[in-house]
Amino acid sequence: MIRLLPALLVAALLTGCGGGASDAPQATADTTASSGRPGRPAPPAVDTTRTYDTTRIVTLGGPVTELAYAFGLGDNVVGTDQSSTFPEAILAKPRLGYWRATSAEGILSLEPTLVLAMEGLGPPPVQGQLEAAGVPVVVLPDAQTLDGAETRIALAARVLGRPDSGAALTQRIRTGLSRAEASHPADAPRVLFVYARGAGMVSVFGTGTAAETTLGLAGAQNAVTSFPGLRPLTAEAVAEAAPDAIVIPEKSFQSLGGIDGLLRQPGLAQTPAGRARRVIAVDDALVLGLGPRLAEGVAALQAGLR
Amino acid sequence: MDSGRVVDDGRWTVDEVRLADRLAAPAIPSSPAPRPSSIPAYASRRARRVRLVLTALAGLAGAGVVAGVAVGAVEIPPSALAASLAGRLGVDAPWAITDQQEAVLWAIRLPRVALGLVVGAGLAVSGALMQGLFRNPLADPGLVGVSAGAALGAALAIVAGATVGGADVLGPALVAASAFAGGLTTTLLVYRLATRDGRTSVPTMLLAGIAVNALCGAGVGALVLFADDGQLRDLTFWTLGSLGGATWGALAVAVPLVGAVIVAAPRLAGALNALLLGESEARHLGVRVERVKRIVVALAAVAVGATTAVAGLVGFIGLVAPHLVRLVLGPDHRALLPASALAGAALVAGADLAARVLLAPAEIPIGIVTAATGAPVFLWLLLHRQGEG
Repeated sequence: MIRLLPALLVAALLTGCGGGASDAPQATADTTASSGRPGRPAPPAVDTTRTYDTTRIVTLGGPVTELAYAFGLGDNVVGTDQSSTFPEAILAKPRLGYWRATSAEGILSLEPTLVLAMEGLGPPPVQGQLEAAGVPVVVLPDAQTLDGAETRIALAARVLGRPDSGAALTQRIRTGLSRAEASHPADAPRVLFVYARGAGMVSVFGTGTAAETTLGLAGAQNAVTSFPGLRPLTAEAVAEAAPDAIVIPEKSFQSLGGIDGLLRQPGLAQTPAGRARRVIAVDDALVLGLGPRLAEGVAALQAGLR
Repeated sequence: MDSGRVVDDGRWTVDEVRLADRLAAPAIPSSPAPRPSSIPAYASRRARRVRLVLTALAGLAGAGVVAGVAVGAVEIPPSALAASLAGRLGVDAPWAITDQQEAVLWAIRLPRVALGLVVGAGLAVSGALMQGLFRNPLADPGLVGVSAGAALGAALAIVAGATVGGADVLGPALVAASAFAGGLTTTLLVYRLATRDGRTSVPTMLLAGIAVNALCGAGVGALVLFADDGQLRDLTFWTLGSLGGATWGALAVAVPLVGAVIVAAPRLAGALNALLLGESEARHLGVRVERVKRIVVALAAVAVGATTAVAGLVGFIGLVAPHLVRLVLGPDHRALLPASALAGAALVAGADLAARVLLAPAEIPIGIVTAATGAPVFLWLLLHRQGEG
């Protein structure tokens, strides 16, 4: 019996959640591919054929918020999440917690006409609950590559009714990036991209990450080639990477207490970068989000590496 | 088999006599009654008191439900509530309700309030059962590893699940199922470790529980190393508990499991009362002690596993709710078990209300609220106990 319970639980949750969505009074007739699916991350199927009412937008996730502002819709943003810190005007708007752990009712209390979120919006039932209340939810796909970033910009532009602004933004980014490319160093420096939340939680970005993409665009190469994603920093991995320079987001840098704290992490002081104290701290949103300021981020990184 | 090594000389200590007197329980055969003439009067006075307390707790839980439904970030006036109810009952009402208010009520608030009741009642009953089994008012359902196992299961699903195909579709259901399975597995492990030759040693179970808890903690720690930032956040929020994921689907799973435990638990009341006197005493009183242990552990594992699967880790309810009830009603499990269920339901309803309202439109994880209020209450209880002793 006990062995059967987990299976029963899965079955019940799956069928139950589907049923739950249809129990909701206002059927989701007018919203996009309504999700009875409890999936996380939600399959990013954005319906670009319909037009959305953008008079009151809730943005969840830093890059998404930046996009809304980039398309001139900042004044229409009525609320946002904790991770949105740019531009400064956003700091005065109501905060809805972190975008992965927000509250459907809290969002609804701001009476949005559109919720624009990053992939990973949570807790998982939130999307269904918002749609049940008649509020369209658009979840933009995560981006780890330049292509992904451009796709996201185009999607956001169409959803927000500013396709021309989207095209212009993409053009601007491409121009900025080709300018950066023109001044790529002949010999791509090996760069270790560090991410930290205090001394006990230090990680480095591996392959297939947005950080690696940004490095590549700036003409540097990721010193880590042996693993994908974000992994805890170890002395051995650092020794293997042997970076010429270390790049670290500003908040991570502060959390370690600056360059001395950073170089106290195992192995870092012994690397070429550590010996030369070649550490570049850059704004988090500029280099991690692959958002509308991607070209600026690349330029800042390049300036630091020069 | 139950008669092997009886070291007890059969005489009752002063404490035991006093306890038996307080219980005044016909459920315990041949209760030695030092004041036979006063027992009927005492029993009826006690029965009245139990009824009163149960009614009061039910009232509190009811108030929690009403407040939970009426209050929230989206304003819904009482007239709109009435309109919605009338509409559901097919009655024409003069009041108005917007579609959005209707959706907030039925798709968000009601399942959430209901889930709060289920979670609170399940945790509190499990706590009372565990405290009875361990004969220690400081016992907690987590002692036998069910919470730690559930955490490991959830962490496994959150971190490793993302790299397995199909995780997109299963998502939260996978986390819930994995947490539930993890809780049951660790509990079974602890129980097995403590059982030898058909006998379960309660002290060994406690120690095995500590070891398995540590092991699960190490497992979660190892998974954290491989989690990306998002998964880490998910995991953190999971360990703080939330009723934000309440859906009718989650309820459809949790209600039968927790409900069965709440219904079954009072059937063990007599046996747990006898166990309070000691294992061998209970055995002499005709209680099938090993069977009771097995059932208590299984019930607590199912209830805590199910609540943890749908709401994450909600601390302190299993500890504090039965404790509060015991202060008022004494240790008789016939009253303690149902009263704990009601008290737990009321506590979680209140805590979730605070979690939703204090920082609106953002939300506080409910585990923070229960710990922040539960810990001081618990400390007060500790000091209070010392003062008495």
